[in-house]
Amino acid sequence: MTRKILDVPQIASSEITPEAVWLNRRNLIKAAAAGTLATTLPSSGFAVESPLRPLAYNQGECDACAADEALTPEEDATSYNNFYEFGTDKSDPAEHAHTMSIDPWSVQVTGLVNKPGKLNLEDLLGGFDLEERIYRFRCVEAWSMVVPWIGFPLADLLRRFEPTTDARYVAFKTLYRPAEMRGTRSFTSVIDWPYKEGLRLDEAMHPLTLMTVGLYGKTLPNQSGAPLRLIVPWKYGFKSIKSIVSIELTDKQPQTSWQQLAAQEYGFYSNVNPEVDHPRWSQRYERRLPSSLFKPNRVPTQLFNGYAEQVAGLYENMDLKKYY
Amino acid sequence: MGVSVYRLPWSAQLWWAVVFSLALAPFVYIVYGVLGNALGPDPAEALMHQTGEWAIRLLVLVLAARPLAQRGWPALFRYRRMLGLFMFFYTTLHLLVFAQVYVGWNVSILLEELLERPYVMVGFAGWVLLTPLALTSTNGMRRRLRQRWRQLHQLVYAVAVLGVLHVLWLSRSDIGDAVLYGVLLGALLCWRIWQAWRRRFARAR
Repeated sequence: MTRKILDVPQIASSEITPEAVWLNRRNLIKAAAAGTLATTLPSSGFAVESPLRPLAYNQGECDACAADEALTPEEDATSYNNFYEFGTDKSDPAEHAHTMSIDPWSVQVTGLVNKPGKLNLEDLLGGFDLEERIYRFRCVEAWSMVVPWIGFPLADLLRRFEPTTDARYVAFKTLYRPAEMRGTRSFTSVIDWPYKEGLRLDEAMHPLTLMTVGLYGKTLPNQSGAPLRLIVPWKYGFKSIKSIVSIELTDKQPQTSWQQLAAQEYGFYSNVNPEVDHPRWSQRYERRLPSSLFKPNRVPTQLFNGYAEQVAGLYENMDLKKYY
Repeated sequence: MGVSVYRLPWSAQLWWAVVFSLALAPFVYIVYGVLGNALGPDPAEALMHQTGEWAIRLLVLVLAARPLAQRGWPALFRYRRMLGLFMFFYTTLHLLVFAQVYVGWNVSILLEELLERPYVMVGFAGWVLLTPLALTSTNGMRRRLRQRWRQLHQLVYAVAVLGVLHVLWLSRSDIGDAVLYGVLLGALLCWRIWQAWRRRFARAR
């Protein structure tokens, strides 16, 4: 008897509610009171994303940076995502990407560089001058958003590793950690993980090409490709590879995941081009999100997603129908 | 389908109401989502997905009704017509959403989509084949068409093939849905062919 009374039950540390959950619970109660529970509660229940850190940054100075269109609400940009490592539904990444651990994180920079090496999370967030750039983001599925990204030119990163004169292309890889990425465990998925993307070196060095570490003033949420992703605003969204762990400079055009899967549908360049149709979607128009059913927000798609003035020079004398 | 209900005993009426409500529930959920603006930033995509998925799920149920009835579970078979009409209903909604948000009721865009994108053509063909089945689903039409009615309604198997093809062609990186419905509908189609052969063989003897 007495032993039982004295035997104070130990609370396993796993049972202690993390502060973030506890704080979040209050928000949930508030949300419920306001009658918005259904829309704010992720369907996975009480999963809590890693807290996002506010970032210090400058406004981007390039002409093209501030698209003068209305921003897509943050909630939409971070709840409607393609990140197939976490499932193929648009809501899957926001629901399941919290399982990915992003700290510690490092990016290997290898291949045709004089100083191969790696960058850690702290180097990425603290070692570059961050700026905000508002870009149009156009998905190959014919929807688009306008997002305030925070990052630094990829060129700044590449220069630190000194690409050799032989380097012609840059190959990127996403993290591949099946235990933390439920989509990669799907038996019926036909992607050869890890996800791979690539750019020509001059595209990678272009001032609009952004190594992105944040959006809407804060670090990237996992579903948006934390802690480090690429943003190439004149190309379809799938080129803007997420959660990068490897950057390799090569002299040969690297194979990309979508090319490998369906080369007749996805080319290496994948520049936004209303004149070159994708076999599944017309590319002449896009649904600017958020869209509504009765007044679909349909806007005409622009060549190079509206950045032709800045980037058309990269493709002079190239047949864009052939090199799609 | 509503005419004969009142002649049925109350328990059958109750079951009819239960099945009807279950089949209608996804529609209620969709309407709720539309009115409550709860379909997310891209309601077009959400609606296309939901209406399409319910259409093909109901198709599986409709085709499973007969084999289940032969194995002593006639419940589904009794509501086969209702489920078939619901399937047509969701397919039609799917098409209407497509016309509203992807085509904008523009004939030239519709033609372009049909000609250039095989999955659109296949899906549309499926709906076209379903339409006469829905129109001839009444008891009167069934009596009038006699043997032809059976033949006509075997078109539903062609619709199943088109449906699976539609889903497969839409798959981008994960063919899970296409495999699921392909296996289910393929098995039901094989069962039907096997039945037909067995009958013919029995008659020949």
